[in-house]
Amino acid sequence: MKVHVDMNLCQSHGECVAVAPDIFQLGDDDLLVWQEDVPDDRRADMQEAANACPMMAIRLED
Amino acid sequence: MRRLVIVGASLGGLRAAQSARTAGHDGGIVMVGRESHLPYTRPPLSKELLKGTQEIEDSALAVGELDVEWRLGVPATALDRERRRVHLADGTDVPYDRLIIATGCRARPWTGPGATLAGVHTLRDLEDAVALREALRSSGRLLIVGAGFIGCEVAASARELGLDVTLVDIAAHPLLPFGPELGERWAAMHRDHGVDLRLGVGIAALVGRDGRVSRAELTDGTTIEADAVLLALGSVLNTDWLAGSGLELNPGVVCDATLTTVADPDILAAGDVAAVPLALAAGAPTRVEHWTTAAEHGQLAGRNALLDPADRSAHTTPPYFWSDQYDAKIQALGCPALAERIELLEQTPEGDRWVAACVAGERMLGIVGVNAARRLPWYRRQLTSPPPLAQVRDELAADPKRLGAPAEASA
Ligand SMILES: Cc1cc2nc3c(=O)[nH]c(=O)nc-3n(C[C@H](O)[C@H](O)[C@H](O)COP(=O)(O)OP(=O)(O)OC[C@H]3O[C@@H](n4cnc5c(N)ncnc54)[C@H](O)[C@@H]3O)c2cc1C
Ligand code: SF4
Repeated sequence: MKVHVDMNLCQSHGECVAVAPDIFQLGDDDLLVWQEDVPDDRRADMQEAANACPMMAIRLED
Repeated sequence: MRRLVIVGASLGGLRAAQSARTAGHDGGIVMVGRESHLPYTRPPLSKELLKGTQEIEDSALAVGELDVEWRLGVPATALDRERRRVHLADGTDVPYDRLIIATGCRARPWTGPGATLAGVHTLRDLEDAVALREALRSSGRLLIVGAGFIGCEVAASARELGLDVTLVDIAAHPLLPFGPELGERWAAMHRDHGVDLRLGVGIAALVGRDGRVSRAELTDGTTIEADAVLLALGSVLNTDWLAGSGLELNPGVVCDATLTTVADPDILAAGDVAAVPLALAAGAPTRVEHWTTAAEHGQLAGRNALLDPADRSAHTTPPYFWSDQYDAKIQALGCPALAERIELLEQTPEGDRWVAACVAGERMLGIVGVNAARRLPWYRRQLTSPPPLAQVRDELAADPKRLGAPAEASA
């Protein structure tokens, strides 16, 4: 599956980082870096990250 | 369990319904909400929506294909635990097997002279934000009463829109929950952006012309001319409908760590209305009015409601809060409001990014940071229980990614 983050919306709250630190990280300068291709068995995690994002910036795609 | 009823159709309630479905609940879910809208997110109401950088549609929370029966625009008026029913304002009853309470808060009303004049606003719901946005577009002078988070955020938004803003608070500092030590920083930030900040004074009366507010009289005898007034005096709980239910309602709907009410294992609570034991508060039932806590509570309550009480899991994530004012992204973890003192931990040489510890005794209960988002994950790991401050300082000294050596940072 693919994980999209709309960087116009993301405000570096790091909630996704707390849910899945192996997929999402805050880089220097506070910007989010993340892994776009995620194995399907992480779907529940990714859904949790999307629900946790206060900016509703995370979108999942099959 | 056949029928799950959720009262309060906002963030906490929505996340509860979603997680109950994800966890496999195939019985009925009824969502009762006082507002006639589908769930939306509130933080933009004092920021992007007011400034016009986001529209009303952008604040909708994604509901998707969620299979629930919506009862919107009808508040719950009473809870009958014996007969397991929620009474609604339209005279109907909704029976439940398990119930989740997520009715949140509303703006604290002010009842002084002139409170009902046109042009006097409070801010909690979408309608409030739309009305305030209209007022900001047609006014030149805004008076904000209350320099808490909502008051300060609206002050920043209104300054960015070019209004003259007066911000008054009876307290000696803005953002008091973050402690007096940081108060000077917040005060300077607002003054530097042109806000007329008046501290240590309250409002005595609002005075109108033709039914519309035109000025305020303050407790120190001064008068402020204003075309619009925002009363941002904090919040009160939406628990009136639970009076007489036998649930414990002080300091909120009192729950154990699994969000189960102490009085009734079939009733759970989530979000702003729930008082849940917090490790950082020595286990005291604590209300947390933060977006992410409401989302986490909802998520957990939806899952726990399906289980027997013995199988339910506890909420352990430390509170997280943010506030955007001008170019400052303020973030907090833990329980700053319980701190006895504040100590600066790291700061860039320019002073534009920093993190301060909120300390009680020798332990850190939380942090407050400005423009330091990348440092948050590190502190989040420290704050599952209150760590000794000395240990935090030691580890920080060894962390090459800190914003500035602790020696360079002074409060
Ligand atoms: C203007 C504003 C800005 C904010 N900004 C931030 C921010 O920047 N960062 C942050 O962390 N938090 C922020 N918050 C706080 C955050 O929005 C709340 O913590 C969150 O909304 C709590 O969600 P909830 O579902 O518990 O309660 P609420 O969102 O308050 O929802 C409760 C719902 O229950 C309904 N209800 C009440 N009584 C009844 C009844 N008797 N029957 C049926 N329904 C009922 C209400 O109408 C409401 O829709 C802000 C809040 C506001 C108002
Ligand atoms: S939770 Fe949302 S806003 Fe926060 S870093 Fe992740 S994507 Fe960005």
